[in-house]
Order: sequence, then C-alpha cells, then structure tokens
Amino acid sequence: MKKVMMGNHALSFGGMLGRAQVIAAYPITPQTQVVELLSEMCADKTLDATFIKVESEHSAMAASIGASLAGARTFTATSAQGLALMHELLHWASGGRNPVVMGNINRAMAPGWSIWSDQNDSLSQRDTGWIQFYCSNNQEVLDTVIQAFKVSEKLMIPSMVILDAFTLSHTYEVVDLPDQKKVDEFLPPFRPEIKLTPDDPHAFGGLTSPEHYFELRYKLQKDMEKAPALIEKTGKEYEKMFGRYLGQVEEYRCDDADFIFITSGTVGSTARVAIDELREEGVKVGNLRIKVFRPFPFEKVRNIIKKAKKVAVVDRNISYGHHGIFYQEVKSAMFGHHNSLPIFGFIAGLGGRDVTPSTFREILGHVQKKDKSEEEIIWIGVKK
Amino acid sequence: MKKEDRLEQRNPIEDLLRMDRIPHIWCPGCGIGTVLTSFAEALRKSEVDLDKIAVLSGIGCTGRVAGYVKLDSIHTTHGRAVPVATGLKLANPELKVVVFSGDGDIAGIGGNHFIHAARRNMDIMIICVNNFNYAMTGGQVAATTPRGANASTAPYGNFEYPFSLPYLAEASGATYVARWTALHLRRVTKSMQEALKKRGFSFIEVITPCVTLYARRNRLGDGLNLLKYYYEKSEIQHGADTRTLDISYQGKLIVGKFVDIEKPTFLDCMNEHLGKVLGDKYQTYGVNND
Ligand SMILES: Cc1ncc(C[n+]2csc(CCOP(=O)(O)OP(=O)(O)O)c2C)c(N)n1
Ligand code: SF4
Ligand SMILES: [Mg+2]
Repeated sequence: MKKVMMGNHALSFGGMLGRAQVIAAYPITPQTQVVELLSEMCADKTLDATFIKVESEHSAMAASIGASLAGARTFTATSAQGLALMHELLHWASGGRNPVVMGNINRAMAPGWSIWSDQNDSLSQRDTGWIQFYCSNNQEVLDTVIQAFKVSEKLMIPSMVILDAFTLSHTYEVVDLPDQKKVDEFLPPFRPEIKLTPDDPHAFGGLTSPEHYFELRYKLQKDMEKAPALIEKTGKEYEKMFGRYLGQVEEYRCDDADFIFITSGTVGSTARVAIDELREEGVKVGNLRIKVFRPFPFEKVRNIIKKAKKVAVVDRNISYGHHGIFYQEVKSAMFGHHNSLPIFGFIAGLGGRDVTPSTFREILGHVQKKDKSEEEIIWIGVKK
Repeated sequence: MKKEDRLEQRNPIEDLLRMDRIPHIWCPGCGIGTVLTSFAEALRKSEVDLDKIAVLSGIGCTGRVAGYVKLDSIHTTHGRAVPVATGLKLANPELKVVVFSGDGDIAGIGGNHFIHAARRNMDIMIICVNNFNYAMTGGQVAATTPRGANASTAPYGNFEYPFSLPYLAEASGATYVARWTALHLRRVTKSMQEALKKRGFSFIEVITPCVTLYARRNRLGDGLNLLKYYYEKSEIQHGADTRTLDISYQGKLIVGKFVDIEKPTFLDCMNEHLGKVLGDKYQTYGVNND
C-alpha cells in the first residue's frame, strides 16, 4: 500500500511493521510525531506493544534495555539533546548486547539553541558501539528500520536510524508500506539466545574484572566487523522480497566521474540534483552517499573513489580541533591504499544552514582550482 | 501623543523585559505571560535590588521567560535549571536565585533535582507554571496530566497517577509552598513577594492555561473558559494538608499557601556542622545574604 507520509511517520510505520513490542520514549522536537503515532498505535492496538511515557531520554533508553533483556523487540526515537542525555545508556545497550533500534532525528546541539539539522548529535555517539544508518528519503527510513531489526538481532548490537531534521523528518513523500505478512516472513520474532527469564536465570551487568572485560570488547568489535557483509546480505534479501536494496553506500554516476562528492543524509539527494546539472554542462561528477557510518564501509568507499581524480567530502558536522568527521573517516580509509588521491574536506550547513545545489557548484569550484588537498577545513557559506 | 509615550503605555512591565526579544512566542490566551507579569509586579513591590536577582529556566514554552526578562538570566537545558541554580547560588550566595520553568521541566525530566534541592533546603525560589502537559513539544502527557485528560501521547486519555506538586515539595523538605491559578493574580504576586524574601527552598505552583494544546485537545474552550473553570472550581484553603491537594480532570483546585516554615538552609547547615567539627580552621561561607 502506498501512503503519503512524513519522515517521522516512516519511522513509526517501520516500528509498527517490525512489530516492536515495547516502545519507551520522551518527546523532543523534531521527533515528536514518531512517538505520538506509535502511542496511538499502541493504545488502539494497531500495534500489540506497550508504550512507556518515560520522564526523560535517559529513562527511555534504560527502559528499552530492560525490555530488550526480557526478550522484547524494542524501538524508540529521539534527537540531539535527548540523544546526548542517553549517552551513558548507549554504551550500556551495546556493551550489554541489547539490539534496541532507535530513530534519531539529526538536530544541532545547544547552546545556541537550535532545532535545525546537523549531524553532531549522532556523530558524537560514534564510539558507543551502535550501528548507524543515515537516510535520505522516507522510503529508505521505513525500509531501514525493518532491516535494522534484523541486522541488530542477528549481531546483538543496537542500531540507530538517522534522518535530517525537517528536510526529512517533516517532509511528506510517497512511501510504499510493505505487506505485514511479508515483513513477518522477512523478520521473524525476536528470540534471543539469552534473556531474563525465571525459567533459566541469568545475571546481567555484573562487575567484570580485567580478566574478562577485554574479551567482551573484543567480541563486540568482532561482531561489528560482521555487519558490513550482513547488511549487504540483508539488503539483498529485502530486495528480493520488496524490490528495494539498502546496502552500505549509494553510488550516483560515479563510474566515469573525475570528481566525486561524498555525502550523507539528505545532502546526498541535493548532490544528485547538482550532479545532473553539472553533467549536462559536461563536468564528470558523481556522488557517493554513505548510508552506514558505523561500521564504516571501508571497502566500498575505497573501491568506488579510487578511480576518481579528486574527492570532496561534504560534512554537516565537525570534530572541533580536527576536521569534518566523514572527511577523517574517508582519509583513513584511503591511507596506505591510495595515498595520492586528493581528498578535500568541506564543512557546510551547520545548525540547519541550507545546503543547495549551488553549494555543490561552489565546492566543485574549490576542487577544480587546486591540485593538492588542503589540510585546512574549507568552510562553505560561513560568515567569517 | 509622542511615539515614545505610546510605547510606554503599551506594556506596563517593559522596563523588565528585553524588548528586542518581543513579540514573544506565546499563543493568544496563554497564561505564561500573565504569570510573568505577576513576577515583574512582585519584583517591583518587594523593591529587591535587581542586580542581585538571577532568573533561570529550563526548556519549554515557560522556559522562554529566562530569555525575555531584562535581568541576569540563564536558559539552561531541559530539566537542569535547578542544579544550575544550585551552582549559581553556592558560587555567589548574595544572589536571589529564581527558577521559572514548566511542570515537565521541573517535575518530569528535572524531578530528581527538584526533590534534592528541596531536601537540602537550598535557598532558591521556584515558580512552576503547571499547564498539565509538555506544551512546547506539542502537548504530550506529563507527570502532572490529570487522569482522564487527553494528550498527544495519551490519545485515549491519561491513566497514570499525576504528581501533586505541593505535596511533593513539602514531603521533600520545602520551607515555602503555595499553589495558585493564573486567575489569582494578586495572590500569585503576593506569594512571589513572600518567596523573594524567604530564606530557604520556596515553591510556587501556578496552574496556567495552555489553550493551544491542553485545552484544545480536551475541548475545553479558550483561555477565558479555563479562567472560568479556575473561578468556579478553585477553593482557597491556606494551610491545607498537602496530602489533600490532588487534581482530578476539571475537578476542584485547592489553592493557597500551604507551607511557610523556618529551617536552616544548606549553607546554614554546612557552616554549623563544619564549624563545629573543624573549629577555628573553618571559615564561614556566604552567610550575609539576608
Ligand atoms: C533532553 C531534552 N529532552 C527533550 C527536550 C524537548 N523538550 C523541550 S521543551 C519540552 C517540554 C516542556 O514542557 P514543560 O516543562 O511543561 O514546559 P511548557 O512548554 O509546558 O511550558 C520538551 C520535552 C529537550 N529540549 N531536551
Ligand atoms: S502552546 Fe500552550 S503553553 Fe505554549 S505558548 Fe501556546 S498556549 Fe502557552
Ligand atoms: Mg507544561
């Protein structure tokens, strides 16, 4: 069935079709519609789940972990300040191997109170051990939630499904809602190997001596390393059943491209528009949109950009004292493999400043002028 | 009439507002501005030194107050106005520190800070605008929503027990506790004057119309209808037992001043205890604030 819906509702429908059993959430702009719709679905039993109206995001993640330990499929959503407040428990969810799936709407961090989009909220959670998916349209949001449950539950690692504030969260698009029966076939009920049950008692979260802690972390990393192949496999399975492929990256006209933009989120869709225009003018440009940030798709990125003459990474985020975060990741992916490939790092659109097709023309202008990549950050549209 | 004079007439509390931030964001019929006017009035009447006042808010429609008042102010994160106020007060005990925030901010996400500041008898004053929901984010159910009332996350009505804020405040150790509605403006002002003079943790709850979300979702009419409800259903009972102050949906509203006691503050206790234990080695801290 096709339905016109906002990105936030695509998250809710993802949770519904994935048959989440416990949803614990606290409201925050621009996430509210995700949980409002889910609370309605839980109340009228469109979705057979319990909705917990917790008193903060910290409690939302804590309740999600509790529910997950009891063997329930668990979904929640948040944004920016709320995600930051969860930080302690994000480590807990991954360290405790609880496959919670969470929507996060990318919103700039305060102060300078802002409700508009940038990626510093979710990228600040880079090292918490969560899988991170970045989406660029509402269909992808819905499809990603369903696949995230599958990937997460297989690896027992939580996932974050991330979308831009307003440009996606509040933008209405046509979304194809897959048939519930088929989704059930694709995503069987969550049956964890170990859970909290009186029939087979276990203790969770115990004190771990240096004797064992190291190995727990080693195992988390080893399982994280399985994610790229699993995401590809799950994507193909999903494609077979629903006709849409997810995967780790999306290439757009990269094959013969001299210049490749590297983007994520809705900035990637804007890039496509710019690329079509530039191609008409005879400039060979392409876009590589990174859909999975953790684990970072090193192989894919390397293989796609190695043929290009120059690469421009567009970051809607910054690691203060270093650089744009995707830029760092892409550079580290190429180091030791293609050291001579010039990679330029741009920062644009912080705090919801518009990123438009002309932004990409400006970026291309910089890249065409120089032969060597600059260590310095190239700021786009900043009032210096 | 000169243009300046007309401006003068437009807003009676203009000298206490950052006029460059006006027009404010509040909806027509919202009660937050009314509570702010009472606060301005209380400041004026109590003739406090405005340089010694700091206003802190968390986040929410009410939270905008910190941005609108022309006083030293901090717009903190959601739920954290009370601990920030605690830090401010202890670093500069001369200040009269006022937290002006919403029910969700103070009793929901910030509830733990609220009870602990009361427990310590931290010398701060709290004005809590209780509009029975998380208004700023679109009217979700809060820790104060009466049972049976609808909210965007309780589309078929709330079934959870709400907090009775005066009871919570007293049980946690507050030395001044009052509840009014946005209709009882002179009383609100008077309570605020008393709290401005109080040494110790003081708490004033003001039940306030949220017309756009709470009232609309529950089909309660406009701001005037809510004031009528306050008029018909509120009952002044000074000194009432705070255990009897539960609010049911559109039910009776017991208002008044319930607690006004003297008790050593956090700093008094600290000075007394450490002075006793450490003797001459201890230097009394921050006592000349009244
Ligand atoms: C950590 C965090 N979570 C959620 C939010 C979103 N948020 C902003 S205001 C608000 C609720 C405000 O309710 P209340 O304190 O009652 O104030 P009102 O708007 O009703 O005056 C929420 C949930 C936030 N800013 N920060
Ligand atoms: S939403 Fe409600 S509380 Fe917020 S300004 Fe409007 S009426 Fe007031
Ligand atoms: Mg409120």
